[in-house]
Amino acid sequence: MERITIDPITRLEGHGKIEIFLDDQGNVANTYFQIPELRGFERFCVGRQVEEVPILTNRICGVCPEAHHMAGAKAVDAVYHVDPPRTAKMLRELLYSAFYVTDHTTHFYALAGPDFVMGPDAPVAERNILGVIHKVGLEIGGQVIQARKYGHTVVEMIGGRKVHPCTSIPGGLTKGITEEQRQEIEKMGRWAIEFAQFSLKLFNDIVLGNKAYVDLILGDIYTHRTHYIGMVDENNKSNFYDGKISVVDPEGVRLGKYGPSDYTEWIAEHVEPWTYLKFPYLKKVGWKGFVDGKDSGVYCATPLSRVNASDGMATPLAQEEYEKFFSTLGGKPVHQRLATHWARLIELLYAAERWVELVTDPEITSDNFRTLPTEKPTEGVGIVEAPRGTLTHHYWTDERGITTRVNLIVGTTNNYAPISMSIKKAAQSLIKEGTVVTEGLLNMVEMAFRAYDPCFGCATHSLPGQMPLQVTIHDAQGNPVKVLKQAC
Amino acid sequence: MTASSNGKPKFAMYWAASCGGCDIAVLNIHEKILDVDANFEVVFWPVAMDAKYKDVEAMPDESILLTLFNGAIRNDENAHIAQLLRRKSKILVAFGSCANEGCMPALANLSSVQEIIDTAYETISTDNPQGLRPVANYTVPEGNLHIPSLYPVVRTLDQVVKVDYYMPGCPPESHQIAAVIDLVIKVLHGEAQLPPAGSVIGAGDSTVCDECARKRDVKTIKEFKRIQHVMLDPEICILEQGVLCSGPATRSGCKALCPAAGSPCIGCYGPAEGVIDFGARLMSAVASVIDSNDANEIDRILDGIPDPVGMFYRFNLAGSVLRASKPAWLSKQA
Repeated sequence: MERITIDPITRLEGHGKIEIFLDDQGNVANTYFQIPELRGFERFCVGRQVEEVPILTNRICGVCPEAHHMAGAKAVDAVYHVDPPRTAKMLRELLYSAFYVTDHTTHFYALAGPDFVMGPDAPVAERNILGVIHKVGLEIGGQVIQARKYGHTVVEMIGGRKVHPCTSIPGGLTKGITEEQRQEIEKMGRWAIEFAQFSLKLFNDIVLGNKAYVDLILGDIYTHRTHYIGMVDENNKSNFYDGKISVVDPEGVRLGKYGPSDYTEWIAEHVEPWTYLKFPYLKKVGWKGFVDGKDSGVYCATPLSRVNASDGMATPLAQEEYEKFFSTLGGKPVHQRLATHWARLIELLYAAERWVELVTDPEITSDNFRTLPTEKPTEGVGIVEAPRGTLTHHYWTDERGITTRVNLIVGTTNNYAPISMSIKKAAQSLIKEGTVVTEGLLNMVEMAFRAYDPCFGCATHSLPGQMPLQVTIHDAQGNPVKVLKQAC
Repeated sequence: MTASSNGKPKFAMYWAASCGGCDIAVLNIHEKILDVDANFEVVFWPVAMDAKYKDVEAMPDESILLTLFNGAIRNDENAHIAQLLRRKSKILVAFGSCANEGCMPALANLSSVQEIIDTAYETISTDNPQGLRPVANYTVPEGNLHIPSLYPVVRTLDQVVKVDYYMPGCPPESHQIAAVIDLVIKVLHGEAQLPPAGSVIGAGDSTVCDECARKRDVKTIKEFKRIQHVMLDPEICILEQGVLCSGPATRSGCKALCPAAGSPCIGCYGPAEGVIDFGARLMSAVASVIDSNDANEIDRILDGIPDPVGMFYRFNLAGSVLRASKPAWLSKQA
């Protein structure tokens, strides 16, 4: 193969790197997806006053600090063996539901939407949020900004700040909400339900109404048969803030459910020396490498995983969409990764409905939002469902409540193995002997991982789906023959 | 020469080792972002558009008028981009706590890189019987793979390049970002002047206490309590209720958001005007409220703050005068 470098190697080390190796025939022999940075939270969160850790871990990711704050809050509750009052739990979940609406909206409209609305091979200049607004109308752009604004308003009302909330402490919250705030939050929540329904309609019209897109979604390039995990309530319906983690195999059979304190019986992390990020897998099935199937412990933790791992949605409108999703795609589980975008919109609707459910509860404005801990702190695990996957915080303390150990399994990390596999499969399908490799490849490969909404802010420092990326293709001798980069 | 072909001055924003919260804060100025678009040509901003390193490298020196740089310096790539943007920018702003003072990830400066790595790859859920660690250069069957090594410590932006202005906050509050953008636009239209080089912008010049609505009574305290063990009165100064609050040492500018939400100030706006070392100032403020002249009693009172380095240098370790940050790095490099 001729040696072509589209873009000379620039300094992209701090970002995602994909190395593609070709064999003698020019087919893809292997791919490596590397995460090249580590900030060391598990080390420097040790020695801290444990009530600080939900604030420290916010700084893992400024995109989803709410998820870290909530997992941290639940972990410190557990450390102090304290059960917060119902109002405190509802307020936390209300904040979290509003955050979900904001986060899923951003992903669909700004990050993933452009591929579908504009088309995967549309010119790069149009394949962005502005292109989407152009095509579907300015009014929608305004609504997307509104959804972000409303979500952050609720986060600030309950969490004290728009970014990096600070109000969750062991046993509850430092503040409640007033009736006046409640009314405002309810109004915004009702608007959010309409916005979510509108978003699903848009998806129906633009994506499901287009055979080419449906074929793309259902095609083999973006399909992997893996295990799935996701949080469910006592009725096995999806929940983001509290419940047990349901684990299903590639045939949809539920292998079990685990609570926070049992996570180490179910999840283990594999280490590779060529990347800073670890590869979680199902311990009971075992690490068999980057392979699909029932015998491989590789699992996925995404919106698609959550609908696969649950028996339905706990709110009526989202439940209707859930049923439509599986009847359209041929039953459970759905393995086509691009269907994750649809599942994300169903979750958007659920989060908006849940927002209104919580804010209309008579106890939400109660001033009983704290329980003072009375027991000695020891050890605790907090798990929430972050938008990008199950998020586990585990803290150990001495009797003064000073952390002695911290373990974190972060949302996107769950999906590191499946993302790597999706990249390999897309590369193998697209790069064949004699193929001219173009930037189009990059977007098709990117679509493989964009479905997971990866947020390597948690491992490095990039926003979801916008991971600066460098793809290097090596010939059979290991020499780089082509470098493609997408820094956004 | 800072004007582009369409006559608009050039603007850039970059993240080094950071969480992305600074970029979210900029997006949270909502419609104001249109003013940026109307008055600047955005040439480089990875979160909002294609980042073209090559194009930046090809630009004449000082051709970008304004660069907002967020994130700390954790590895050689961060340092490289900091040097590149310094060269290409007329005005380089250290934007947010990481770039200003290291922020919370600089607490990692208390540990060696080896300790950080060993901790991460030996956790309870890690299956690593061979004790593997990521290595900079690793040979797989198909060829060689490379990942960058971490620097020994986290550094602030001005420990690597000259900085023109400092904009604090974790993240900077959106109303402050909007005010700075307004100011720069006025300067462009000849309606205002830039503050003196080296100034702190987008913040106040007093302390968070001055912005805080809670009542102070110049009371002294006999005990420090942890927030989980006390029901705070929402009207009264948090420090006077015996819970450590960073307000007295912290620069104003946030409108005392955290104390208003029933939570102590954590100091994210960095040292107040004239304060050389944040922790030292906070410790002296704390000392002044302790009501005792008895050494044993003072010890007992201070036992209520069992993690002094984490509480007094939560955001500021890389920017402090402590040996564990800048001097340590300099001595290791010398």
